[in-house]
Amino acid sequence: MIELQDVNKTYLVGESPLRALRDVNITIDAGEYLSVMGPSGSGKSTLLNMVGLLDRPDSGSYRLEGTATEELGEEARARLRADYVGFIFQAFHLINRLTTLENVELPMMLAGISPKKRRQSALGVLEQVGLADRAGHRPNQLSGGQLQRVAIARAIVMKPRILLADEPTGNLDQASGAEVVEVLENLNREGITLLVVTHDAQLGKRARRRIRMVDGQIESDTGDGNAPAGSTAL
Amino acid sequence: MRLLDQLHFNGQLFLRHRVRTVLLLLAVGLGVASVIMLTSLGEGARRYVDREFSALGNQLLIILPGRKETTGGAPPIYGAAPRDLTLEDAQALERLPAVRAVAPVIAGTAPVSRGSRSREVIVLGSTSAIFQVRKMDVAQGKILPERARSEALAVCVLGSKLKLELFGNRRAIGEWVRAGDRRMRVIGVLEERGESLGLDLRDMIIVPVRTAEQMFNSPGLFRVLLELDANADFDRVEDRVRGVIRERHEGEDDVTLISQDSMLAAFNNILTTLTLAIAAIAAVSLLVAGILIMNISLISVSQRRREIGLLKALGGSSRQVRQLFLGESLLLVSLGSVAGVAVAWVAVLVVARLWPAFPLAPPWWSVPAAVATALLSGLVFSLIPARRAAALDPVLAMRGQDL
Repeated sequence: MIELQDVNKTYLVGESPLRALRDVNITIDAGEYLSVMGPSGSGKSTLLNMVGLLDRPDSGSYRLEGTATEELGEEARARLRADYVGFIFQAFHLINRLTTLENVELPMMLAGISPKKRRQSALGVLEQVGLADRAGHRPNQLSGGQLQRVAIARAIVMKPRILLADEPTGNLDQASGAEVVEVLENLNREGITLLVVTHDAQLGKRARRRIRMVDGQIESDTGDGNAPAGSTAL
Repeated sequence: MRLLDQLHFNGQLFLRHRVRTVLLLLAVGLGVASVIMLTSLGEGARRYVDREFSALGNQLLIILPGRKETTGGAPPIYGAAPRDLTLEDAQALERLPAVRAVAPVIAGTAPVSRGSRSREVIVLGSTSAIFQVRKMDVAQGKILPERARSEALAVCVLGSKLKLELFGNRRAIGEWVRAGDRRMRVIGVLEERGESLGLDLRDMIIVPVRTAEQMFNSPGLFRVLLELDANADFDRVEDRVRGVIRERHEGEDDVTLISQDSMLAAFNNILTTLTLAIAAIAAVSLLVAGILIMNISLISVSQRRREIGLLKALGGSSRQVRQLFLGESLLLVSLGSVAGVAVAWVAVLVVARLWPAFPLAPPWWSVPAAVATALLSGLVFSLIPARRAAALDPVLAMRGQDL
């Protein structure tokens, strides 16, 4: 359960302030599948980072699973992020010197989980994204689609409630993009809340709930995120 | 995050940046090694002096002519004497209780020759007591006879090197040599022994004190060495010595007394201070290593911005990021220190093997001090980079933008 109330965020770009979020109100229930679309600079990435606790609102409140996050310190926010949120980035952000398995284990390592348990979970999620046979490879030995699937495995290895994907198919060709979207939607079907920020109208339409942002404000919200998934072919 | 995981994580980074890691290890290792090796030199010098003094036995009192007011520091070597210290003064001291032996010394240099071979060496005029006081003995022949106390006998004892120079492997006892303008018979050759109190015993000639007096045409003694009983009280002996001198020098005790202990203490002081100063100089190299670590860590932080942002997005806290960077430096410094200690240890062993006479050894505090300084320097200088890393905004860091 994600509840944002009257959230504002202003960045200083050079001398002039840029209002990335203006009085944003949104409630997202567990298991929803929603897309956030809008032109560049409309605040959709800021919204995603806000939900993922990477950013703090200037004003307004954000409750995650009932916890008022704006009062928490850096340590507590990091712990909350580790427990509840998985991130997927356009540029994958895998660490090149680590193997696939080590990359996937990274969040668990940061959380101080034992190596044995880590290995088990990491192999499990690699299986889930169809890359169990690539555990020992390094990122530079994998294709773009495979990289993004590794990144998804890494995002879900801590069993988060929420998956935040920022342009997950932005760097991929059609076929690999379709694979990645399928993996994400399967995860959503298993109950994870999926929030996708994208420019891609095709991808955006697949979500059950679609939000459109312009100039830091929510312009439209279909608001029925638990309806059956969109049937539009990619 | 577990310690083992952090070590593994840092280790992978080191493997990834081998050149950088090796350079930093070298900087830290050299710093640590130089501290240990240089302090070993200082400590070696201190031990050397210590050993030299104790080779003489502890109960030695040295009397120099002339009064020197000294408040610490090195003992006066030459005193400008208003009144000479004479052979008669020395003989008067022999009657004091607790004095076991008195060796008057006249020193000078003179050419010593035999046939066409000649050498300029130190001539020591003394009595048979000098052998007892300075713990010397002859390898061949005899020491100076008792009569040398008061008679200008034409006899001498040669240092081993001087004997070799003049006679080669031929027998020297009973042969004649010329010292200055006098001919004298060789009655003994000193046994081989290195330097003693800065005097090369191998390259000198010992003659009766009266003979030296005539050679150098001076009634004044260079100094008088007293050997005391093992349990003698130095202060009391000193008072009595001053009393005797005052009696003989018209009420003036114009001599300087140096006990072996005070000399040793003075040397010890100087050399320990010197060792500490050397250590401080060497520690500067560790400071430089620390600054190097800071520079490279700062570069590393800006190169790894995306990674730092990612770690935060994956649930890592600022504290963890800071720990990672501090840990990286500390691990590096630890490895460098181990390497440095190993290098210094090997170097000390090698030098000890090559020059066994010099007791080279690191003082007990040098290894912990060097390693602690290295760790402290590494820690202090990585605080800024680590703090900068921890303060990175993950969102901007991952976009690869400047803050």
